[in-house]
Amino acid sequence: MTPGDAPTLSDRLTAAAAWPVRVLFQILDKPFRLIQRIGGIKTMPYIFLLPNLAFFGLFVVIPLFINFAFSLTGGTNLYLTDRVYTGTEQYAFLFDCGNYADPTSCREDRFWRGIYNTATFIFFQVTFLVLFSLITALILNRKIRARGFFRAVFFFPVLLSPVVVALIWKWILLRDGILNAALVSMGFDKILFFVSPEWSMFWAIFVSIWANMGFYTLILLAGLQAIPPDLYEAAEMDGTSTERVFRRITLPLLWPNMLVVIVLALIKGVQIFDEVYVLTGGGPGTATQFIVQYIYNTGFTNQVQNFGLASAASVVLGVVLFVLTMMQLAATRRRDNG
Amino acid sequence: MADTTADRRSIAALVTARRGRGKLHWTDVFTYAYLVFGVLLMFGPVVWLVLSSFKSPAGLVEFPPTLLPLGQVSVTVEGYDDPLPLFLTTLEDGTQKELAQVRRIGIVSQMVDPENPGETIRVPIDQREPIREFRLATENYVDPLQRFNFTRYLWNSVVVTTLATLVTLLINSMAAYGLSIYEFKGRNAIMLFVIGTLMIPITVILVPVYLVVTQLGMVNSLWAVILPGAATPTGVFLLRQYMLTIPRDLIEAARMDKASEWQIYWRVVMPLAMPAVAVLAIFSIMWRWNEFLWPLIVLNRSEVYTLQVGLNAFQGELDVQWHYILAMTVVTLIPVVLVFAFLQRFITTGIASSGMK
Repeated sequence: MTPGDAPTLSDRLTAAAAWPVRVLFQILDKPFRLIQRIGGIKTMPYIFLLPNLAFFGLFVVIPLFINFAFSLTGGTNLYLTDRVYTGTEQYAFLFDCGNYADPTSCREDRFWRGIYNTATFIFFQVTFLVLFSLITALILNRKIRARGFFRAVFFFPVLLSPVVVALIWKWILLRDGILNAALVSMGFDKILFFVSPEWSMFWAIFVSIWANMGFYTLILLAGLQAIPPDLYEAAEMDGTSTERVFRRITLPLLWPNMLVVIVLALIKGVQIFDEVYVLTGGGPGTATQFIVQYIYNTGFTNQVQNFGLASAASVVLGVVLFVLTMMQLAATRRRDNG
Repeated sequence: MADTTADRRSIAALVTARRGRGKLHWTDVFTYAYLVFGVLLMFGPVVWLVLSSFKSPAGLVEFPPTLLPLGQVSVTVEGYDDPLPLFLTTLEDGTQKELAQVRRIGIVSQMVDPENPGETIRVPIDQREPIREFRLATENYVDPLQRFNFTRYLWNSVVVTTLATLVTLLINSMAAYGLSIYEFKGRNAIMLFVIGTLMIPITVILVPVYLVVTQLGMVNSLWAVILPGAATPTGVFLLRQYMLTIPRDLIEAARMDKASEWQIYWRVVMPLAMPAVAVLAIFSIMWRWNEFLWPLIVLNRSEVYTLQVGLNAFQGELDVQWHYILAMTVVTLIPVVLVFAFLQRFITTGIASSGMK
C-alpha cells in the first residue's frame, strides 16, 4: 500500500484488532527494559521465549508425562498422589480380548467398538474426502467462470463450527425433516436415520466430508497451480489426450500433495468427535461411538470417572497419532524437497 | 498466488480443450453440472437453516415443511377480544368463504364471518384450511436473548475468543521473535521442541490437562478454556518463518539508534510481520469461536457455557425447542460468515501456504 491509498476495510479491521495489542505492549515496555539493563542482551531471547514455553510446559509437556502416570494407576481420585499404582493393569484390561476381530469378546468392548467404528469411519471418510477434494480441485482449476465464487462455496463450511454443522444436518435429517419430505414426495417411506446404525454411520461420514472438503480442496488446488504450465504446453503440442495428460503429468506431480492430504485427513479422522457427537450422540447404541468419545465418556461423563482407563486409551490413541504424524512429516519433506 | 493469468489460461485452454468445433466435450458438461450441484449441496443446508429459523413452532412441526416461513392470518372480529385465526372454509353448499374460527370442539369448529359477526357457523375441521402469509417469526431470535442464558453464552464466547486471541498473539509472537532474531544456545533444541508439541493434540492429553486446570482452580471459569490452548506451536512456527524474512539490517540499525530489544520487537519486527500476525489472528478467532470438546469438559455450569456448549446442551434436552435452537445456530454462524466475507483472501492463502487449519 502506498501512502496515498485510502485504507480498505480489511486495513481498518486489522487496525482495530491491533489497538488493544498496542496498549498491552506499552504496559509491558518498562519491565522488559529493566530486565535488559540487568541481564544484558544475552538474556533477552530466553525472556521472549519464557511465556510461551511456560504454557507449553504447563499444558502440554507436563500433562504428557502425567498422562502416562495416570494410565499406570487406578481408582477414581483425580490427584495423582491419592491414586493407587496398578502397573500395566489398565492396558491389560483394555487389551483383554478373546478375539481381536470381535469386540464382543473383549472385556472392555466399548473401547474396541470405538476402535472398529473409528477404523470404519476413517476408511470411508478419508477415501471419499480425498476423492471429492481431488475432483473439486481439478474442476476449480479449469477455465470456469466466477472461479473465486465457486472456490468460496466449497470452502466456507470449513469455517463453520462442528456444532453448527451438526445442527444444520440434524435439522435436515430429522424424522419430519426436509429430506424425509423429499423421500415421501417421491413415493418412498420416511427413514428414521438416527435409529439405523448404518444410516447414522453414513451421515456421520457424509457430514464430516461436507464440512472438511474445502480445506483439502484448497491444498490440492495450490498443488495443481504449482505444476509448471510448460509441461502442459509440451503435451498439447504432441497432441496428447486429456486422459493421458492427467495420468502422466497431473497425477504424478500432484502425488506429493495428495500424500500430505491423505495423512492429514487420517490424523484428523482418528480424532473425530465434535460433529458426530452432536449429530448422533454416538448412537444408536454405540454405532457411531468413536475412540475420542470413548475417552471422553470414560474419563468425564460416566458415573464412575475412570481417569486411569481414559489415560491408557489416550496413550494408545497417542501412539497411533505419533505414527501418523511421522508419516506426515515424511510426506511433507518429500513434497517440499521435490 | 504466484501464477499469472497467462499461465492459467494456457493450462485451462489445454484442460478444457474441446473435441470438434464448438461442441461441448463431456467434461465441460460435467464441470458445470458438478458446480451447480456443489452450490446446492454446500449452500442449500445453510439457506434451509436460515429459512427454518424464522418459522413459528407450529410451522416447524408441519410435514411436509413449507419452503418459506408462514404465519396464519388472523383478524379482529367485533365482539371478540382476541384476534381470531382466518380459514378458507368450504361450506355445505360447496361455496368457499373466508371465516374466522372462534373455537374448536373435537372435529367441529365454530366459525364466524368477519363481515357478519352475529351468527356462528359450525364446520367440520376437514372442511377448512388456514389462510397464511409470509411472516418472519422474529420472536425466535428475541426470546432466547431474554429468557435463557443465551446472552450469557454469547458474551462468554466473545470473551474467550478475544482474550485467548490476544494472549496467543502476544506470547506466540514473542517466542517467534526470540527464535528468529537471536543466535543463542539451545535455539535448535527449542525449535525442535516447538515442532514436537505440534504433534500433540488436546485429545491425547484430556485427563492430565483437566488435572492441571483443576490444580490451578480454574474449572468452571473461562480461563480454563482460554489458557491451555494459548501457546500454539503452529502460531510460533508461522510467525517465525515470516520473521526470518525480515532484513537483519533493520534490526542492527535500530540497535545503533539505542532502541531496546522490546522496542525492536514491538516497533520494528511486529509491524513488518503484520500479514502473518493477521493470519494467526484469524485462525485463532476461528479456533476459539468453534472450540467444543475442551470447553465441554471444563465448563459444567450453565453460566460459564460458551455458545457451542450451550447449543449442544439445548439440543440434548428432552423437549427440544428447535425454533430457538435454529435461531441461535444462525447467531453463532454470523461472526464466521462476516470473517469469511471480509477476510477470505487472508484465510485461503494462509491455509494454502501453511497447510494448517
